[in-house]
Amino acid sequence: MREVAVVGCGMTKFGELWEKSLRDIFVEAALKAIDDAGVDHIDSMYVGAMTPGLFVGQEHIGVLMADYLGMAPIPAMRVESACCSSGMALRLGLFEISSGYSDIVLVGGVEKMNDGADATYALATAADQEYEVYQGVTFPGLYALIARAHMHRYGTTREQLAAVSVKNHHNGAMNPNAQFQREVTLEQVMNATLVADPLTVLDSSPVSDGAACVVLTSVDFAKQLKVPSVKILGSGAATDTLALHNREDITTLKAVKLSGKAAYKMAGIKPSDIDVAEVHDCFSIAEICIIEELGFTQKGKGGPFTEQGNTALEGKIPVNPSGGLKSKGHPVGATGIAQVVEVVEQLRGNAGKRQVKNAKIGLTQNMGGSGGSSVVHIFTTT
Amino acid sequence: MPSPGYRREMPQRYRLEAARCKKCGKLFFPPRLVCAGCGSKEFDKTKLSETGTILSHTVIRVAPADFATQVPYAIAIVESDNGVRLTTQVVDCKPEDLEIGKKVKFIFRKLYEEGHTGIICYGYKAVLV
Repeated sequence: MREVAVVGCGMTKFGELWEKSLRDIFVEAALKAIDDAGVDHIDSMYVGAMTPGLFVGQEHIGVLMADYLGMAPIPAMRVESACCSSGMALRLGLFEISSGYSDIVLVGGVEKMNDGADATYALATAADQEYEVYQGVTFPGLYALIARAHMHRYGTTREQLAAVSVKNHHNGAMNPNAQFQREVTLEQVMNATLVADPLTVLDSSPVSDGAACVVLTSVDFAKQLKVPSVKILGSGAATDTLALHNREDITTLKAVKLSGKAAYKMAGIKPSDIDVAEVHDCFSIAEICIIEELGFTQKGKGGPFTEQGNTALEGKIPVNPSGGLKSKGHPVGATGIAQVVEVVEQLRGNAGKRQVKNAKIGLTQNMGGSGGSSVVHIFTTT
Repeated sequence: MPSPGYRREMPQRYRLEAARCKKCGKLFFPPRLVCAGCGSKEFDKTKLSETGTILSHTVIRVAPADFATQVPYAIAIVESDNGVRLTTQVVDCKPEDLEIGKKVKFIFRKLYEEGHTGIICYGYKAVLV
Protein backbone atom coordinates (compact mmCIF):
# COMPACT_ATOMS: atom_id res chain seq x y z
CA MET A 1 0.00 0.00 0.00
CA ARG A 2 1.60 3.28 -1.15
CA GLU A 3 1.58 6.42 0.95
CA VAL A 4 -0.70 9.14 -0.39
CA ALA A 5 -0.22 12.89 -0.54
CA VAL A 6 -2.46 15.89 -1.13
CA VAL A 7 -0.60 17.91 -3.77
CA GLY A 8 -3.15 20.57 -4.66
CA CYS A 9 -6.22 22.17 -3.15
CA GLY A 10 -8.79 24.79 -4.05
CA MET A 11 -12.20 26.04 -3.02
CA THR A 12 -14.77 28.65 -3.97
CA LYS A 13 -15.98 31.27 -1.56
CA PHE A 14 -18.85 29.79 0.51
CA GLY A 15 -22.08 31.71 0.78
CA GLU A 16 -25.00 32.79 -1.42
CA LEU A 17 -23.48 32.38 -4.89
CA TRP A 18 -26.42 33.57 -7.00
CA GLU A 19 -24.37 34.08 -10.15
CA LYS A 20 -22.87 30.57 -10.21
CA SER A 21 -24.50 27.21 -10.90
CA LEU A 22 -23.76 23.77 -9.41
CA ARG A 23 -21.48 22.91 -12.31
CA ASP A 24 -19.79 26.37 -12.28
CA ILE A 25 -18.73 26.13 -8.65
CA PHE A 26 -17.36 22.59 -8.85
CA VAL A 27 -15.36 23.39 -11.98
CA GLU A 28 -14.00 26.56 -10.33
CA ALA A 29 -12.77 24.64 -7.27
CA ALA A 30 -11.39 21.76 -9.35
CA LEU A 31 -9.43 24.03 -11.68
CA LYS A 32 -7.89 25.80 -8.67
CA ALA A 33 -6.83 22.47 -7.15
CA ILE A 34 -5.41 21.13 -10.43
CA ASP A 35 -3.51 24.37 -11.03
CA ASP A 36 -2.19 24.28 -7.46
CA ALA A 37 -0.98 20.70 -8.00
CA GLY A 38 0.64 21.38 -11.35
CA VAL A 39 -0.57 18.07 -12.82
CA ASP A 40 -1.43 17.81 -16.50
CA HIS A 41 -4.08 15.09 -16.28
CA ILE A 42 -6.34 13.24 -13.81
CA ASP A 43 -6.87 9.45 -13.74
CA SER A 44 -10.25 9.42 -11.96
CA MET A 45 -12.50 11.56 -9.81
CA TYR A 46 -14.89 11.37 -6.88
CA VAL A 47 -17.51 14.07 -6.29
CA GLY A 48 -19.14 14.28 -2.87
CA ALA A 49 -22.62 15.84 -2.70
CA MET A 50 -25.50 15.12 -0.34
CA THR A 51 -28.47 15.69 -2.61
CA PRO A 52 -28.04 17.66 -5.80
CA GLY A 53 -31.19 15.85 -6.93
CA LEU A 54 -33.36 17.52 -4.29
CA PHE A 55 -31.55 20.88 -4.34
CA VAL A 56 -31.34 21.42 -8.12
CA GLY A 57 -32.91 18.34 -9.71
CA GLN A 58 -29.52 17.03 -10.88
CA GLU A 59 -28.15 13.55 -10.22
CA HIS A 60 -25.35 11.75 -12.10
CA ILE A 61 -22.99 14.56 -11.13
CA GLY A 62 -19.78 12.51 -11.35
CA VAL A 63 -20.45 12.45 -15.06
CA LEU A 64 -21.59 16.10 -15.17
CA MET A 65 -18.38 17.34 -13.57
CA ALA A 66 -16.06 15.12 -15.62
CA ASP A 67 -17.84 16.39 -18.72
CA TYR A 68 -17.67 20.06 -17.74
CA LEU A 69 -14.03 19.75 -16.77
CA GLY A 70 -13.37 18.36 -20.25
CA MET A 71 -12.15 15.17 -18.65
CA ALA A 72 -14.50 12.53 -20.00
CA PRO A 73 -13.83 9.56 -20.43
CA ILE A 74 -12.09 9.22 -17.05
CA PRO A 75 -14.06 7.27 -14.41
CA ALA A 76 -16.08 9.57 -12.14
CA MET A 77 -18.69 8.95 -9.48
CA ARG A 78 -20.73 10.79 -6.91
CA VAL A 79 -20.29 9.78 -3.28
CA GLU A 80 -23.03 10.26 -0.70
CA SER A 81 -23.06 10.09 3.08
CA ALA A 82 -25.28 13.09 3.89
CA CYS A 83 -23.11 15.88 5.33
CA CYS A 84 -19.95 13.77 5.23
CA SER A 85 -20.21 12.94 1.53
CA SER A 86 -16.90 14.51 0.57
CA GLY A 87 -15.04 13.29 3.66
CA MET A 88 -16.02 9.78 2.56
CA ALA A 89 -15.03 10.65 -1.03
CA LEU A 90 -11.51 11.42 0.21
CA ARG A 91 -11.33 7.91 1.63
CA LEU A 92 -12.14 6.41 -1.75
CA GLY A 93 -9.48 8.53 -3.47
CA LEU A 94 -7.00 7.45 -0.79
CA PHE A 95 -7.76 3.77 -1.43
CA GLU A 96 -7.49 4.17 -5.20
CA ILE A 97 -4.01 5.71 -5.02
CA SER A 98 -2.64 3.64 -2.17
CA SER A 99 -3.69 0.41 -3.87
CA GLY A 100 -1.72 1.43 -6.92
CA TYR A 101 -4.77 1.41 -9.18
CA SER A 102 -4.42 5.11 -10.14
CA ASP A 103 -1.69 7.75 -9.86
CA ILE A 104 -3.62 11.05 -9.82
CA VAL A 105 -7.13 11.34 -8.37
CA LEU A 106 -9.31 14.44 -8.03
CA VAL A 107 -11.60 14.41 -4.98
CA GLY A 108 -14.09 17.18 -4.41
CA GLY A 109 -17.38 18.14 -2.89
CA VAL A 110 -20.14 20.54 -3.87
CA GLU A 111 -23.60 21.66 -2.84
CA LYS A 112 -25.91 24.30 -4.33
CA MET A 113 -28.49 24.88 -1.60
CA ASN A 114 -29.78 28.35 -2.51
CA ASP A 115 -31.51 27.72 -5.85
CA GLY A 116 -35.01 27.75 -4.31
CA ALA A 117 -35.28 24.19 -2.99
CA ASP A 118 -36.91 23.47 0.38
CA ALA A 119 -33.60 23.10 2.22
CA THR A 120 -35.23 21.91 5.47
CA TYR A 121 -36.95 19.10 3.57
CA ALA A 122 -33.77 18.17 1.65
CA LEU A 123 -31.61 18.12 4.77
CA ALA A 124 -34.18 16.03 6.65
CA THR A 125 -33.50 13.12 4.28
CA ALA A 126 -30.37 12.52 6.39
CA ALA A 127 -32.59 11.54 9.33
CA ASP A 128 -34.96 8.56 9.72
CA GLN A 129 -37.83 9.45 7.37
CA GLU A 130 -40.43 7.17 8.94
CA TYR A 131 -39.61 7.50 12.63
CA GLU A 132 -38.02 10.94 13.05
CA VAL A 133 -39.08 13.21 10.17
CA TYR A 134 -42.65 11.83 10.10
CA GLN A 135 -42.99 12.86 13.74
CA GLY A 136 -42.15 16.50 12.92
CA VAL A 137 -38.57 16.73 14.21
CA THR A 138 -36.02 18.83 12.30
CA PHE A 139 -32.22 18.76 12.29
CA PRO A 140 -31.91 21.63 14.75
CA GLY A 141 -34.46 19.67 16.81
CA LEU A 142 -32.31 16.53 16.83
CA TYR A 143 -29.23 18.46 17.94
CA ALA A 144 -31.31 20.35 20.50
CA LEU A 145 -32.31 16.96 21.97
CA ILE A 146 -28.59 16.07 22.22
CA ALA A 147 -27.82 19.49 23.75
CA ARG A 148 -30.50 19.26 26.41
CA ALA A 149 -29.44 15.75 27.43
CA HIS A 150 -25.75 16.80 27.51
CA MET A 151 -26.59 19.86 29.63
CA HIS A 152 -28.68 17.76 32.01
CA ARG A 153 -26.08 15.00 32.43
CA TYR A 154 -22.81 16.99 32.43
CA GLY A 155 -23.85 20.51 33.42
CA THR A 156 -22.87 22.01 30.06
CA THR A 157 -24.19 25.59 30.05
CA ARG A 158 -25.91 27.80 27.50
CA GLU A 159 -22.84 30.10 27.62
CA GLN A 160 -20.51 27.20 26.78
CA LEU A 161 -22.55 26.35 23.68
CA ALA A 162 -22.39 30.01 22.64
CA ALA A 163 -18.61 30.06 23.17
CA VAL A 164 -18.26 27.66 20.22
CA SER A 165 -20.01 30.06 17.85
CA VAL A 166 -18.10 33.08 19.19
CA LYS A 167 -14.75 31.31 18.62
CA ASN A 168 -15.70 30.10 15.15
CA HIS A 169 -16.91 33.52 14.04
CA HIS A 170 -13.71 35.06 15.37
CA ASN A 171 -11.71 32.68 13.14
CA GLY A 172 -14.03 33.01 10.16
CA ALA A 173 -13.66 36.79 10.26
CA MET A 174 -10.08 36.16 9.12
CA ASN A 175 -11.04 33.76 6.31
CA PRO A 176 -11.64 35.44 2.94
CA ASN A 177 -13.64 32.39 1.76
CA ALA A 178 -15.99 32.38 4.75
CA GLN A 179 -19.72 33.04 4.34
CA PHE A 180 -19.79 35.20 7.48
CA GLN A 181 -16.72 37.30 8.11
CA ARG A 182 -17.85 39.04 11.28
CA GLU A 183 -17.53 38.46 14.99
CA VAL A 184 -20.47 37.65 17.25
CA THR A 185 -20.76 37.99 21.04
CA LEU A 186 -21.99 35.48 23.62
CA GLU A 187 -25.08 37.66 24.20
CA GLN A 188 -25.89 37.83 20.51
CA VAL A 189 -25.71 34.03 20.22
CA MET A 190 -27.82 33.36 23.32
CA ASN A 191 -30.44 36.02 22.47
CA ALA A 192 -30.79 35.20 18.78
CA THR A 193 -34.05 33.71 17.47
CA LEU A 194 -34.70 30.24 18.85
CA VAL A 195 -34.82 27.49 16.25
CA ALA A 196 -35.26 24.47 18.57
CA ASP A 197 -34.84 25.12 22.29
CA PRO A 198 -32.15 25.69 23.51
CA LEU A 199 -30.48 26.26 20.11
CA THR A 200 -30.74 29.63 18.39
CA VAL A 201 -30.05 30.55 14.78
CA LEU A 202 -26.52 31.56 15.87
CA ASP A 203 -25.87 28.05 17.21
CA SER A 204 -26.67 26.68 13.76
CA SER A 205 -24.58 26.47 10.61
CA PRO A 206 -26.11 28.29 7.62
CA VAL A 207 -27.51 27.20 4.27
CA SER A 208 -24.72 27.73 1.73
CA ASP A 209 -23.41 27.23 -1.80
CA GLY A 210 -19.82 26.17 -2.37
CA ALA A 211 -17.31 23.64 -3.65
CA ALA A 212 -13.86 22.40 -2.64
CA CYS A 213 -11.38 20.03 -4.31
CA VAL A 214 -8.05 18.34 -3.68
CA VAL A 215 -5.67 16.41 -5.94
CA LEU A 216 -4.16 13.21 -4.54
CA THR A 217 -1.07 11.35 -5.75
CA SER A 218 1.37 8.90 -4.22
CA VAL A 219 4.04 10.44 -1.97
CA ASP A 220 6.72 9.41 -4.52
CA PHE A 221 4.86 11.12 -7.38
CA ALA A 222 4.43 14.20 -5.18
CA LYS A 223 8.21 14.47 -4.83
CA GLN A 224 8.50 14.73 -8.62
CA LEU A 225 5.91 17.50 -8.74
CA LYS A 226 7.93 19.77 -6.46
CA VAL A 227 4.85 21.34 -4.85
CA PRO A 228 4.34 21.65 -1.09
CA SER A 229 2.49 18.46 -0.34
CA VAL A 230 0.93 16.99 2.76
CA LYS A 231 0.80 13.27 3.53
CA ILE A 232 -2.32 11.39 4.63
CA LEU A 233 -1.28 9.44 7.73
CA GLY A 234 -4.58 7.91 8.71
CA SER A 235 -8.21 7.42 7.75
CA GLY A 236 -11.08 6.05 9.81
CA ALA A 237 -14.83 5.83 9.27
CA ALA A 238 -17.76 4.40 11.21
CA THR A 239 -21.53 4.20 11.35
CA ASP A 240 -24.01 4.35 14.23
CA THR A 241 -27.81 3.94 14.28
CA LEU A 242 -29.55 6.31 11.89
CA ALA A 243 -32.22 7.47 14.33
CA LEU A 244 -30.92 9.49 17.28
CA HIS A 245 -33.33 7.75 19.65
CA ASN A 246 -31.73 4.36 18.88
CA ARG A 247 -28.24 5.40 19.97
CA GLU A 248 -26.77 3.58 22.95
CA ASP A 249 -26.47 6.97 24.69
CA ILE A 250 -27.90 10.10 23.11
CA THR A 251 -25.08 12.30 24.45
CA THR A 252 -22.38 10.14 22.83
CA LEU A 253 -21.46 10.31 19.14
CA LYS A 254 -20.08 6.79 18.93
CA ALA A 255 -19.36 6.96 15.19
CA VAL A 256 -17.11 9.96 15.84
CA LYS A 257 -15.26 8.12 18.58
CA LEU A 258 -14.76 4.95 16.52
CA SER A 259 -13.77 6.76 13.31
CA GLY A 260 -11.28 8.79 15.35
CA LYS A 261 -9.84 5.69 17.00
CA ALA A 262 -9.39 3.95 13.64
CA ALA A 263 -7.62 6.98 12.16
CA TYR A 264 -5.34 7.43 15.20
CA LYS A 265 -4.47 3.73 15.03
CA MET A 266 -3.63 3.82 11.32
CA ALA A 267 -1.56 6.98 11.82
CA GLY A 268 0.17 5.58 14.91
CA ILE A 269 -0.53 8.72 16.96
CA LYS A 270 -2.56 9.91 19.98
CA PRO A 271 -5.08 12.77 20.28
CA SER A 272 -2.47 14.87 22.09
CA ASP A 273 -0.25 14.73 18.96
CA ILE A 274 -2.77 16.73 16.92
CA ASP A 275 -1.71 20.36 16.34
CA VAL A 276 -4.83 21.59 14.52
CA ALA A 277 -8.28 20.16 13.80
CA GLU A 278 -11.26 20.94 11.59
CA VAL A 279 -14.41 19.31 12.98
CA HIS A 280 -18.09 19.17 12.09
CA ASP A 281 -19.76 21.99 14.03
CA CYS A 282 -23.11 21.77 12.24
CA PHE A 283 -24.50 23.05 15.56
CA SER A 284 -22.56 24.39 18.55
CA ILE A 285 -23.35 21.30 20.66
CA ALA A 286 -21.84 19.10 17.92
CA GLU A 287 -18.37 20.63 18.36
CA ILE A 288 -18.61 20.14 22.13
CA CYS A 289 -19.46 16.44 21.75
CA ILE A 290 -16.91 15.89 18.96
CA ILE A 291 -13.90 17.23 20.89
CA GLU A 292 -14.84 14.80 23.68
CA GLU A 293 -15.17 11.83 21.32
CA LEU A 294 -11.87 12.64 19.55
CA GLY A 295 -10.07 12.58 22.91
CA PHE A 296 -9.09 16.28 23.02
CA THR A 297 -10.83 16.46 26.40
CA GLN A 298 -12.75 14.08 28.66
CA LYS A 299 -16.33 12.99 28.14
CA GLY A 300 -18.64 15.66 29.48
CA LYS A 301 -15.95 18.37 29.65
CA GLY A 302 -16.30 19.77 26.13
CA GLY A 303 -18.20 22.84 27.41
CA PRO A 304 -15.69 24.07 30.01
CA PHE A 305 -12.76 23.07 27.76
CA THR A 306 -14.11 25.39 25.05
CA GLU A 307 -15.07 28.17 27.46
CA GLN A 308 -11.53 28.21 28.85
CA GLY A 309 -10.11 28.93 25.39
CA ASN A 310 -8.38 25.59 24.81
CA THR A 311 -9.76 25.29 21.27
CA ALA A 312 -8.97 28.90 20.24
CA LEU A 313 -6.28 29.63 17.63
CA GLU A 314 -3.69 30.20 20.36
CA GLY A 315 -5.07 27.43 22.57
CA LYS A 316 -3.93 23.94 23.45
CA ILE A 317 -5.69 22.35 20.43
CA PRO A 318 -6.96 24.89 17.89
CA VAL A 319 -10.30 23.64 16.51
CA ASN A 320 -11.89 25.08 13.36
CA PRO A 321 -9.36 27.79 12.49
CA SER A 322 -11.30 28.21 9.20
CA GLY A 323 -14.35 29.43 11.10
CA GLY A 324 -15.92 25.98 11.08
CA LEU A 325 -19.25 25.19 9.49
CA LYS A 326 -20.85 27.98 11.50
CA SER A 327 -18.91 30.90 10.10
CA LYS A 328 -17.24 29.52 6.95
CA GLY A 329 -20.53 28.02 5.76
CA HIS A 330 -21.87 24.51 5.24
CA PRO A 331 -22.64 23.61 1.63
CA VAL A 332 -23.21 20.09 2.89
CA GLY A 333 -21.42 17.97 0.30
CA ALA A 334 -18.48 20.37 0.06
CA THR A 335 -17.70 20.61 3.78
CA GLY A 336 -15.52 17.48 4.09
CA ILE A 337 -13.02 18.56 1.45
CA ALA A 338 -13.15 22.21 2.58
CA GLN A 339 -11.95 20.98 5.98
CA VAL A 340 -9.08 19.19 4.19
CA VAL A 341 -8.20 22.37 2.27
CA GLU A 342 -7.90 24.28 5.56
CA VAL A 343 -5.73 21.64 7.24
CA VAL A 344 -3.50 21.34 4.15
CA GLU A 345 -3.01 25.12 4.05
CA GLN A 346 -2.31 25.17 7.81
CA LEU A 347 0.35 22.45 7.43
CA ARG A 348 1.87 24.28 4.44
CA GLY A 349 2.06 27.48 6.49
CA ASN A 350 -0.31 29.27 4.10
CA ALA A 351 -3.15 30.15 6.46
CA GLY A 352 -2.34 33.85 6.81
CA LYS A 353 -3.90 35.50 9.84
CA ARG A 354 -5.45 32.17 10.89
CA GLN A 355 -2.09 30.34 10.90
CA VAL A 356 -1.64 27.95 13.81
CA LYS A 357 2.05 28.14 14.78
CA ASN A 358 4.16 25.05 14.06
CA ALA A 359 1.26 22.98 12.79
CA LYS A 360 2.76 19.63 11.78
CA ILE A 361 -0.09 17.14 12.31
CA GLY A 362 -3.69 18.01 11.43
CA LEU A 363 -7.02 16.24 11.69
CA THR A 364 -10.32 16.57 9.85
CA GLN A 365 -13.59 15.10 11.13
CA ASN A 366 -16.72 15.14 8.96
CA MET A 367 -20.11 13.78 10.09
CA GLY A 368 -23.43 12.85 8.53
CA GLY A 369 -26.92 13.52 9.89
CA SER A 370 -27.25 13.43 13.66
CA GLY A 371 -24.02 11.42 13.91
CA GLY A 372 -24.97 8.32 11.96
CA SER A 373 -21.75 8.46 9.98
CA SER A 374 -18.33 9.94 10.67
CA VAL A 375 -15.02 10.01 8.84
CA VAL A 376 -11.67 11.20 10.18
CA HIS A 377 -8.42 11.88 8.32
CA ILE A 378 -5.03 12.72 9.75
CA PHE A 379 -2.41 14.65 7.78
CA THR A 380 1.22 15.53 8.32
CA THR A 381 3.86 17.68 6.66
CA THR A 382 6.13 15.67 4.36
CA MET B 1 -45.96 10.79 2.08
CA PRO B 2 -47.13 8.64 -0.82
CA SER B 3 -49.86 6.20 0.23
CA PRO B 4 -48.14 2.79 -0.26
CA GLY B 5 -45.43 3.83 2.21
CA TYR B 6 -48.01 5.22 4.59
CA ARG B 7 -50.10 2.02 4.54
CA ARG B 8 -47.08 -0.18 5.28
CA GLU B 9 -46.24 1.82 8.40
CA MET B 10 -49.79 1.72 9.84
CA PRO B 11 -49.22 -1.24 12.25
CA GLN B 12 -46.43 0.73 13.90
CA ARG B 13 -48.05 4.16 13.78
CA TYR B 14 -51.55 3.06 14.81
CA ARG B 15 -50.84 0.09 17.11
CA LEU B 16 -47.17 0.38 18.20
CA GLU B 17 -46.50 -3.11 16.80
CA ALA B 18 -42.93 -4.21 17.51
CA ALA B 19 -40.83 -7.39 17.22
CA ARG B 20 -38.76 -9.28 19.77
CA CYS B 21 -35.76 -11.38 18.69
CA LYS B 22 -36.41 -15.05 19.53
CA LYS B 23 -32.74 -15.70 20.21
CA CYS B 24 -31.52 -12.77 22.32
CA GLY B 25 -34.75 -11.05 23.36
CA LYS B 26 -33.85 -7.58 21.98
CA LEU B 27 -36.92 -5.52 21.13
CA PHE B 28 -37.23 -3.57 17.86
CA PHE B 29 -39.58 -0.77 16.86
CA PRO B 30 -40.18 -0.84 13.97
CA PRO B 31 -39.69 -4.58 13.36
CA ARG B 32 -36.67 -5.57 11.31
CA LEU B 33 -35.47 -8.46 9.17
CA VAL B 34 -32.21 -8.98 11.09
CA CYS B 35 -31.55 -8.59 14.80
CA ALA B 36 -28.95 -5.86 15.32
CA GLY B 37 -27.99 -7.57 18.58
CA CYS B 38 -27.27 -11.17 17.52
CA GLY B 39 -27.91 -11.41 13.75
CA SER B 40 -30.85 -13.80 14.11
CA LYS B 41 -33.70 -13.56 11.57
CA GLU B 42 -36.50 -14.95 13.78
CA PHE B 43 -38.80 -12.65 15.70
CA ASP B 44 -41.98 -12.74 17.78
CA LYS B 45 -44.63 -10.09 17.14
CA THR B 46 -45.29 -7.90 20.15
CA LYS B 47 -46.28 -4.35 21.06
CA LEU B 48 -44.57 -1.41 22.75
CA SER B 49 -45.60 -0.43 26.24
CA GLU B 50 -48.00 2.53 26.06
CA THR B 51 -46.16 4.45 28.78
CA GLY B 52 -42.63 5.81 29.02
CA THR B 53 -40.20 8.39 30.38
CA ILE B 54 -38.80 11.57 28.78
CA LEU B 55 -35.04 11.28 28.06
CA SER B 56 -34.71 14.65 26.34
CA HIS B 57 -36.99 17.30 24.86
CA THR B 58 -37.01 20.45 22.74
CA VAL B 59 -39.46 22.92 21.21
CA ILE B 60 -39.52 23.15 17.43
CA ARG B 61 -39.91 26.80 16.39
CA VAL B 62 -38.92 26.52 12.72
CA ALA B 63 -40.77 23.60 11.22
CA PRO B 64 -40.86 21.76 7.91
CA ALA B 65 -43.67 22.85 5.55
CA ASP B 66 -46.14 20.11 6.61
CA PHE B 67 -45.90 21.12 10.29
CA ALA B 68 -45.62 24.89 9.85
CA THR B 69 -49.07 25.67 11.29
CA GLN B 70 -48.34 23.71 14.49
CA VAL B 71 -45.31 25.79 15.58
CA PRO B 72 -44.21 25.93 18.36
CA TYR B 73 -44.53 22.29 19.33
CA ALA B 74 -42.66 20.06 21.76
CA ILE B 75 -40.72 16.98 20.66
CA ALA B 76 -39.19 14.44 23.02
CA ILE B 77 -37.17 11.26 22.93
CA VAL B 78 -39.20 8.90 25.10
CA GLU B 79 -38.03 5.56 26.47
CA SER B 80 -41.07 3.28 26.59
CA ASP B 81 -41.35 1.09 29.68
CA ASN B 82 -40.17 -1.95 27.73
CA GLY B 83 -36.90 -0.20 26.82
CA VAL B 84 -37.38 0.89 23.20
CA ARG B 85 -37.01 4.59 22.52
CA LEU B 86 -38.84 6.73 20.08
CA THR B 87 -39.12 10.33 18.92
CA THR B 88 -42.54 11.89 19.39
CA GLN B 89 -44.42 15.15 19.84
CA VAL B 90 -45.68 15.81 23.36
CA VAL B 91 -49.04 17.58 23.24
CA ASP B 92 -51.89 18.92 25.41
CA CYS B 93 -49.41 20.75 27.64
CA LYS B 94 -47.22 23.85 27.64
CA PRO B 95 -43.78 23.10 26.15
CA GLU B 96 -42.23 24.56 29.34
CA ASP B 97 -43.90 21.73 31.35
CA LEU B 98 -41.57 19.10 29.91
CA GLU B 99 -38.70 17.84 32.04
CA ILE B 100 -36.24 15.00 31.66
CA GLY B 101 -37.59 12.13 33.76
CA LYS B 102 -41.31 12.97 33.52
CA LYS B 103 -43.73 10.17 32.62
CA VAL B 104 -45.81 10.15 29.45
CA LYS B 105 -48.29 7.87 27.71
CA PHE B 106 -48.69 7.36 23.95
CA ILE B 107 -51.95 8.29 22.24
CA PHE B 108 -53.33 8.14 18.70
CA ARG B 109 -53.41 11.52 16.99
CA LYS B 110 -53.39 13.27 13.62
CA LEU B 111 -49.84 14.24 12.64
CA TYR B 112 -50.38 16.42 9.57
CA GLU B 113 -52.19 16.78 6.23
CA GLU B 114 -50.41 16.46 2.93
CA GLY B 115 -51.28 19.82 1.40
CA HIS B 116 -54.72 20.38 -0.13
CA THR B 117 -55.10 17.12 -1.97
CA GLY B 118 -53.03 14.59 -0.07
CA ILE B 119 -53.94 12.16 2.69
CA ILE B 120 -54.36 12.92 6.38
CA CYS B 121 -51.48 11.31 8.28
CA TYR B 122 -52.03 9.77 11.72
CA GLY B 123 -49.78 8.20 14.30
CA TYR B 124 -48.61 8.33 17.90
CA LYS B 125 -47.98 11.35 20.08
CA ALA B 126 -47.43 11.53 23.83
CA VAL B 127 -49.13 13.32 26.72
CA LEU B 128 -47.84 13.91 30.25
CA VAL B 129 -49.37 11.65 32.90
